[in-house]
Amino acid sequence: MIGRLFSARLTWVALAILVIGATLPLYVTGYILGILTLAYYFGVFAMAWDLLFGFAGEVNFGPTFLVGLGAYTAGIINANWGWPMAACVLAGALMAVGGGVLLALPALKLKGPYFGLVTLVAVLLLQNFIVIFAGITGGEIGLTVPDVLFIDDAANYEFALGFMALSGAILFGLSRSPIGLILQASGQDAVETAALGFNVAKHKLAAFCVSAFFSGTAGALMIFYLGTASVGTVVDIAVGVQVIIAAVLGGRRTILGAAVGAIFLILAGEALRPLGELSTFVVSAVALAVILFFPNGFIGSLLRVGERS
Amino acid sequence: MLGLQILIDGFAISSLYALGATGFTLMFGVSGVLNLSHGSIMVAAAVAAWVIAGYLGGNPYLGALGGVGFGLIMAYATYFTVVRPIQRSKAIPKEETEIFVLTGTLLWGIMIQEAIAYFYTSNPKTVRPLVPGVFNFLGVRTPLNEVATAIICWAVIGLLWLLVNRTRSGKVLLAASINPRGVTLLGFELSSVYILVWTIYGILAGIAGVLLAMFLGVSSDGVGALTASAFSIVVLGGLGSVSGSLIAAYVVGYMETLTAYLISPAYRTIPVLLLLVLVVYIRPQGLLGRR
Repeated sequence: MIGRLFSARLTWVALAILVIGATLPLYVTGYILGILTLAYYFGVFAMAWDLLFGFAGEVNFGPTFLVGLGAYTAGIINANWGWPMAACVLAGALMAVGGGVLLALPALKLKGPYFGLVTLVAVLLLQNFIVIFAGITGGEIGLTVPDVLFIDDAANYEFALGFMALSGAILFGLSRSPIGLILQASGQDAVETAALGFNVAKHKLAAFCVSAFFSGTAGALMIFYLGTASVGTVVDIAVGVQVIIAAVLGGRRTILGAAVGAIFLILAGEALRPLGELSTFVVSAVALAVILFFPNGFIGSLLRVGERS
Repeated sequence: MLGLQILIDGFAISSLYALGATGFTLMFGVSGVLNLSHGSIMVAAAVAAWVIAGYLGGNPYLGALGGVGFGLIMAYATYFTVVRPIQRSKAIPKEETEIFVLTGTLLWGIMIQEAIAYFYTSNPKTVRPLVPGVFNFLGVRTPLNEVATAIICWAVIGLLWLLVNRTRSGKVLLAASINPRGVTLLGFELSSVYILVWTIYGILAGIAGVLLAMFLGVSSDGVGALTASAFSIVVLGGLGSVSGSLIAAYVVGYMETLTAYLISPAYRTIPVLLLLVLVVYIRPQGLLGRR
């Protein structure tokens, strides 16, 4: 009962934050809006990852495999064939879902570190192929896309915020639905879940498809915001690591925490920019400290306190 | 001639891979830890060797010794500040310890990498080889350092084999990898076994790092690639199986050398990655792994 009250309160808190967030363009500079826009797309990557890890129990080391597939598919179609943007984003999302199914096949067979390695290899292969087929993909320099989402900073910002809010609501709702519960059960004890009559394979496959859909869409939208797609922004393992850190930092198995963690990571990286090269060191150290001392993350720890009171 | 060249170069690089992966797999076998700061520890040891050799007027032996010592220190630091607190934490559920160790060591590795880049830049660093000079082997110009690398790697692996199979503490180590609970019931302290395995790991990673710096050079940017190659070798050979890793190291080393020489250096890692995916699909336990 108290838990339900708290989650209701959580909804109000989230709504309030969203409303405040939506009014930000009125009083902050375009520079900060630009950073937050990226952070919101990043938040979607992290939330999609949390659905796989926190609920389905699959350690995906390669969130950027799905993100990169979506981003590059959309970018290549737009740059080479000039399809309209919406069609490109849709194609990117569908391609990412295809990639998600490809990843789900070994996930149903393999466990723990083995599956982790497959996802890691998937990213490395994608990265290699992008560099090798530089003629189509732009290689290491990156791919310039002709179309952009909006010219105006504020419009881009509001769009990203809306996209994150919508994705967050869908993913959060899904995680709290019976499907989320079954996913959580199959992540923790697949045999028992199957014995209770639930189709573990079907649910996990669905989780992969949903996660891939949101990762791919977010990736595609992000490159239409940036105007370029490059390995360093949507495929590189370092980006994937950041997504994982964001989700664990915000609190695994909370979905919303992942977005909070992502926004925190990007803002912290930006705030520490005067430190120069040391900023990554400090951000990693803070993330490590959170993992060691508050393993439930920001939102996870808050929820714990809320349940106890 | 090209064939012989590939044979020699491939052998040297494979021996180095084997040494680098042995510590990694041993640790997984005994304590179930996959240390994702592996590459960082290797590079840290190599850079320490480079710094010490630089200060001491370029004496490569002292530098190498100091580098290995620093690798050991880094291994202990990893264990005591990251791995042990996570393993002992009450707030982390047992079934999630693995992902926390992975994330924790990953972050720790990034911290080491950034610290190296900050203090000593990310430029590639080469340490002067222990054995300078080249010799002509059936018409192939071979640096003596390559031969020395292969010999040192195999000598160290041989010593490790003696330690594990012929000494008392080594046998406890072996037993702990087979059945940790049984070892505890027999009155052995598991934590001292873990410290022993981290000691061995630190020395092996240190030697591998220093040799790598003498052979190919190291850079803090290459940390991720080093960890990834150790990880793939170990999975290919079978997690926890030392002899499997040795075979896998040669498979990987030769496949990379063949691709680099015969096709193009740009495609070097691709065949290995494809093989890895194939092996993991068909035989997830790897070449010699036990389930």
